[in-house]
Amino acid sequence: MTTAPQPAPMVKVTIDGQTTEMPKGSTIIQAAKKLGIEIPHFCYHERLSVAGNCRMCLVDLEGAPKPVASCAWPVADNMVVNTQSERTQNARKGVMEFLLINHPLDCPICDQGGECDLQDIAVSYGSDRTRFHEAKRAVADKDLGPLVETVMTRCIHCTRCIRFATEIAGVPEMGATGRGENMQVGTYVEQALASELSGNMIDLCPVGALTSKPYEFTARPWELKHTDSIDVMDALGSHIRIDHRDGKVMRVVPRECNEINEEWLSDAGRFSYDGLANNRLTHPMVRKGKKLTATTWQEAFAVIAEAAKGMRKNRIAGVAGNLLCAEDLYAFDHFMKDTLGTDNVDCRTNGLTIDGKVRAAYIMNTPIAELDKVDAVLLVGCNPRLEVPVLNARLRKGVLKRGMKVASIGAPVDLTYPVQTLGESPKLLDDILEGKHPFADVLREATNGVILVGARAVLTRPDSQQILDKAREVAEMYGFVRPDWNGFNVLHQATGRITGLDMGVYPQKDGYHSGGIAEAVKAGKIDLLVLHGESQRPASDFEGAKFTVFIGTHDSPYAQLADVVLPAAAYTEKAGLWANVEGRVQEGHMAVRPPMEAKEDWKIYRALSEVLGSKLPFDNQTQLRALIAKLNKAYAPENIGKVTRADWKHFGMSGSVREEGLSTSVPAYYLSNEIMRASKVMRDCQDLADARAAQTMKKAS
Amino acid sequence: MSRSAAVNVKIDHDDKVYAWSDAAKAKIEAQIKKYPPERKASAVIPLLKLAQDEFDGWLPVGLMNLVADTLEMPKIRVYEVATFYDMFYTEPVGKHVVRVCTNVSCMIRGAEKVIEAVQKEVGLDKPGTSADGLITVESFECLGACCEAPMMMVGEHYHVNLTPERAVGIVKNIKAGKAPVEPSK
Ligand code: SF4
Ligand code: FES
Ligand code: FES
Repeated sequence: MTTAPQPAPMVKVTIDGQTTEMPKGSTIIQAAKKLGIEIPHFCYHERLSVAGNCRMCLVDLEGAPKPVASCAWPVADNMVVNTQSERTQNARKGVMEFLLINHPLDCPICDQGGECDLQDIAVSYGSDRTRFHEAKRAVADKDLGPLVETVMTRCIHCTRCIRFATEIAGVPEMGATGRGENMQVGTYVEQALASELSGNMIDLCPVGALTSKPYEFTARPWELKHTDSIDVMDALGSHIRIDHRDGKVMRVVPRECNEINEEWLSDAGRFSYDGLANNRLTHPMVRKGKKLTATTWQEAFAVIAEAAKGMRKNRIAGVAGNLLCAEDLYAFDHFMKDTLGTDNVDCRTNGLTIDGKVRAAYIMNTPIAELDKVDAVLLVGCNPRLEVPVLNARLRKGVLKRGMKVASIGAPVDLTYPVQTLGESPKLLDDILEGKHPFADVLREATNGVILVGARAVLTRPDSQQILDKAREVAEMYGFVRPDWNGFNVLHQATGRITGLDMGVYPQKDGYHSGGIAEAVKAGKIDLLVLHGESQRPASDFEGAKFTVFIGTHDSPYAQLADVVLPAAAYTEKAGLWANVEGRVQEGHMAVRPPMEAKEDWKIYRALSEVLGSKLPFDNQTQLRALIAKLNKAYAPENIGKVTRADWKHFGMSGSVREEGLSTSVPAYYLSNEIMRASKVMRDCQDLADARAAQTMKKAS
Repeated sequence: MSRSAAVNVKIDHDDKVYAWSDAAKAKIEAQIKKYPPERKASAVIPLLKLAQDEFDGWLPVGLMNLVADTLEMPKIRVYEVATFYDMFYTEPVGKHVVRVCTNVSCMIRGAEKVIEAVQKEVGLDKPGTSADGLITVESFECLGACCEAPMMMVGEHYHVNLTPERAVGIVKNIKAGKAPVEPSK
């Protein structure tokens, strides 16, 4: 059994006359931060290892012969530090003078301008003239792929990017080659970074050496308006800030949230925003002859009303997509079930076989932040690196910092940290249950163990209920489920699916599930099909209904199937509630308006239901949210933003599981949803990923 | 697409795959044994030296990759070490490398004249490799023989207390295949 780490003894530190207690082993800069004293720094970063190479953080330590680097100097009892002395000031000026020797004076054309650490600190400590009259050095720019732009002459060699790539992203491809005057930061052999988190290096780079390629030269930071929101490109629910100008999203950056994304954001969340502007549906359209033609909302509604007239209820069906918020899903579900009166409704377009009755069976019961206490992980058909990249970085941290053991049942997969692949067949769960498998000992000895079940691979199988049952038994048997801890987790990639299960968007009686709907469409059994958003199934699956309505954001093969197209709002264009992997419901905010005639999805249903003569029972978002809260208490105002523990109940069905192995592949990861598919940047990323995969295949053969 | 002029590292896209000889393998094993198993990356310097000597006297990317694979370490970490130290070459060098020390002590004792004479003898006007690829002349930092400055190093052999004439004589010996290259005492 691993023993809980003993808290470090506390020591007393005085900085600028203020005294505080710090645990032994922490550094002067951390003590200063605690006291609210700012020490300028470049290379130091809380979430990275200490490099101590920029020297900007020099402070005057009483008794020390010369200034010390506060980021690397451990505190000791009764230490007295002065950050305001003349010696400190001179040291800062001296370091700045050296840093600025080779740094170009190109702030006016630098994307970092206005939000640059070097610029800011130069205001206080930089000299307005130089004593260096020799030639400045210039460094060739590097090609790091479609996301990160480089202007390496600006690099101050803080090595943050190198440490991020090595420590957090787990792709040790960045480094510093050469020495002294010839030192360069880069990959040496030119290559794009093979990480789903590479954009974070842009935030970490304290100067304009690494900037965002898609955002390059498009805006100045002071022109941007900021809206705090929630990322929906995966189901982590990362906190983001949407920066926009004149009603256009200019970039997306992460906000710090220790409980969820720390301060990272996946490349998908950061760079897919160009997909918000491409290929959008801007007007209602109806099919006239072969072509979809723009029309008014009234006419579009009238056409739908005409088509729906006297229709048999069991010949109506609807499916909902991956990115929808609770409001949309609730309105969709009630529109289908109440207004149209059909039970052929499903949000589980990837073929999930579970429903929303037991919440504990489809969310992560371990809050994300608690993963920092885990000592053993069993992955079952799960690829967290692609399903939830930022979560994977947290798992990696556990392996690196605490020696967390990870084992996987499923096809071997590179998660950037050592994973013991136990085998591919879910039958291995039986061995673990019987305690026969060697990894059973690791699970038994774990203090806080977790099991992560991949929704994609496991819950879409015909034997999913049996696997789920065994996974639950493993969790219960090895003490992962107890009053203070629940280590049973299901990992989804799409937030709309978790929210959809919460909203009950699946057949409640004997309606078709999504696969059944596709079959019924093919068999000519569906007269009215409502497609809300794009789904995991190819559009061709839904070709053949007598009358199809598409409500969504992008002109795509889905829209092209439809007889009526209604333009809806993307996640940046509406306020909404989304549940993340841990079942935490968070509120996203409207940053910009939906394009032209497009409307928020739930408003469309409300208006359409009225035209169809069976009005949905809400007139505004407040009323709608009250209904949602009544349906699921996790959505009640007092629970928004919080993790609500799901009740632990029985789920799964006993029985034997199939031999067939579990997959861990996420095909076309960078094209996972309609926004990503419409993004040129994401397409470039996918091309690169494909090329890399092909190369690996070639090497292997 | 680069916008800046460059102080740059040469990039080598050579796909050549390198493999160790049996003799090298034995030496590598001995080197790796010196370190705890989880620290075997510590053997990177001796291995790079060995790789450089085993093959063509310099380290193409493929060869550095071999070192990385042998020591199970990220490739970039090997590139970092190889580009840091002057005794590793990431670009082709001549069959013999003549390192003329031009650091302070040697400089005061006339190193500049020595290097000029050496360059002239191999047909160069600045450090580089002779046209026939036989000799590379380098201006090197202190090689630790200041007490016998000026000096130069040929292969592993130190030639000390040089005059330009003596240096030229040594270069002539190299061309004739007669200069000692083994480590000096
Ligand atoms: S590129 Fe930026 S983050 Fe990387 S070492 Fe240079 S200054 Fe630091
Ligand atoms: S921040 Fe301390 S040396 Fe860079
Ligand atoms: S300065 Fe030339 S050997 Fe030391």
